[in-house]
Amino acid sequence: MVEQIAQHAMEVHGEAWTIKELFTLPNEYIYWSIQIVMYPFMTGLVAGAFVLSSLYHVFGVEKLKEIARFSLVFSFALLPVAMMPLMLHLQQPLRGIHVMLTPHFTSAIAAFGIVFSTYGCIVATELWLVYRKHFVQSALELKAKKNPGLVDKFRCLVFTALTLGAWDISHEAIEKDHKACKIMAGIGIPVACFLHGYAGFIFGSVKANALWMTPLMPVIFICSAVVSGVALCILSYVVVQEFRKFLAKRKLARWANDTDAPTVEELEGAKHMEVMLSSNYLLYFMIAALTLEILDLIFRGYTQVKSWDILREVIMERDFVKIFVMQYGIGNVLPFLMMALPGRTVRRTTIATVLVLFGVFMMRYNVVIGGQAFSLSFAGFMDYHLPIIPHNLETFKEGLGGAVTVIATPFILFYFINKFLPAFLKEESSH
Amino acid sequence: MDRRDFLKKCVMVVAGASIPLSALTLVDPRKVLAANPDIQWAFLVDTNKCVGCGFCVKACKTENDIPFDANVTRTWVERYVYTKDDRRYVDSPKGALNGFTESRIDLGKGEFKEIDPKNVGKAFFVPKLCNHCTTPPCTQVCPVGATYKTDDGVVLVDRKWCIGCGYCIMACPYAARFFHPVLKVADKCTFCYHRLSKGLQSACVNACPFGARRMGNIHDPNDPITQIIMNERVGVLKDEFGTKPQAFYIGLAQEVR
Repeated sequence: MVEQIAQHAMEVHGEAWTIKELFTLPNEYIYWSIQIVMYPFMTGLVAGAFVLSSLYHVFGVEKLKEIARFSLVFSFALLPVAMMPLMLHLQQPLRGIHVMLTPHFTSAIAAFGIVFSTYGCIVATELWLVYRKHFVQSALELKAKKNPGLVDKFRCLVFTALTLGAWDISHEAIEKDHKACKIMAGIGIPVACFLHGYAGFIFGSVKANALWMTPLMPVIFICSAVVSGVALCILSYVVVQEFRKFLAKRKLARWANDTDAPTVEELEGAKHMEVMLSSNYLLYFMIAALTLEILDLIFRGYTQVKSWDILREVIMERDFVKIFVMQYGIGNVLPFLMMALPGRTVRRTTIATVLVLFGVFMMRYNVVIGGQAFSLSFAGFMDYHLPIIPHNLETFKEGLGGAVTVIATPFILFYFINKFLPAFLKEESSH
Repeated sequence: MDRRDFLKKCVMVVAGASIPLSALTLVDPRKVLAANPDIQWAFLVDTNKCVGCGFCVKACKTENDIPFDANVTRTWVERYVYTKDDRRYVDSPKGALNGFTESRIDLGKGEFKEIDPKNVGKAFFVPKLCNHCTTPPCTQVCPVGATYKTDDGVVLVDRKWCIGCGYCIMACPYAARFFHPVLKVADKCTFCYHRLSKGLQSACVNACPFGARRMGNIHDPNDPITQIIMNERVGVLKDEFGTKPQAFYIGLAQEVR
């Protein structure tokens, strides 16, 4: 028993999922595992969703109105999740708050607290401005109700609190909201890009890591962030619309029985238009992301600095399938062709967005894990094995279980946020 | 009291208080304890003298409470073997905790390679530890400032403040850092700071039977270590990273990274 405890204490962080080959330094392990893959992936989704919503709010792309509001709410649901992988990965999660309390500003991570909270405030403000009218109307409606139940009382309380005491919903007031919303979205775009660009900087500035260190990293991260965010918004939008269509057809939901409820045809038409337009933007950003990634690869191969020998072996041989087949092939080229070839349909686009999301995830994986796949001695390799069946807390947190938790959370949050900030509103109560 | 009086009195109070207050300065504990411009610790490794016995690793682990069998270590020894047919083999089983008692090379994944002694061109050992860089990338990237460089040149970790993000481990080009298996915070060589500050030698220096490891004060021109660094040909590891290491090596081969 004592030996067992001793043995347990002997297990070094990273040892459970790292397989070392040839000469690796004694302290080298894959310290940054699946959660650090999830971190840029999730922040990317947040930033991308926000950029899509801003296309409507700032640049006035009227046709994107519905998906823009959806993206904004979704981006808010994703926001707390961007922080989750970091907390799950920390060896001392209870001390995580130190990053906010004693930030050490020469570190790229120290800015996280500030950038992240600024961004959170911007999204919250924008949401409030968009939904203020809805809050006021709902609160008034619930107050007017005779014999309210417990649920209605609670909802009334929440909506009243959400109005923050601003009950004026005259035309002028709403116009002002609209203007403020535009300004917030305008500020939001650079902040969203910064939020994610600096996630790229966290990696790009690690001079010890030959694969990560490139000034292109933040830009690559921003482009792929927008790609993944837009793809996720299209995908979720289509899924939610299909679900609404289903409800409208069967008259299952409360709203489906209203006289002015959208018909199945209306829903289908709106979906088609919004998906087609958003997927155009998706294509533009995919071209940018792919160009930069390939440029980085070609540049490394062409300049052939000291690290190229080992990088070539990792990129061209060991991780070939992960990089060229899964990331570039299935995740980039295939969906690109699916969307760029004529005769594009919503179904084809939806399948393409799933592939795009997979591709971006693989890109994060290949950067984070691939960057640790070779030893600092340039004479050995480390192989990562994702813990699937956990045998302790650590292998759960930094294994499949932890990753799935992180992926599932935004959808659960979205369900609850959607109760108070309905992503699909009838025209008159929002803008 | 009217506004004029109020402002007048404010100015008087501020002026009067500023004179005695200027005598006070904010005290940085790091400076009080370690501000000694006369001391800058440096390490000197003579690779020609190292035989790979691993006493230094044992001494270090014992002295600094690093679990003996855990596969991490603050200092380690690498073995380099060059064969006559121009192949290079390197290994460091368990960081050379038990010394190099076997002639076969550890290739990882439980595989080993026996090399014909007649085919060996040259072979040598290289002890390694934290380089206590002048511009350490590890302290730069710590998001909470839990790792820092003392004024006498030693890079330390505050175990009570480290959040365990691992950024410093990633940033170190020498893989000198790791997570302490019990305390779950970043850990690294401290040059045995607790011993140095008592005027003792660090544990590995003390344990080395051949004098391959030595420490000295590089700010003292009469220190024998400073003399060697000034007068002989010494090298540092991975100078291309611009970290300005303070661990110097005699007899460094270019393949040692």
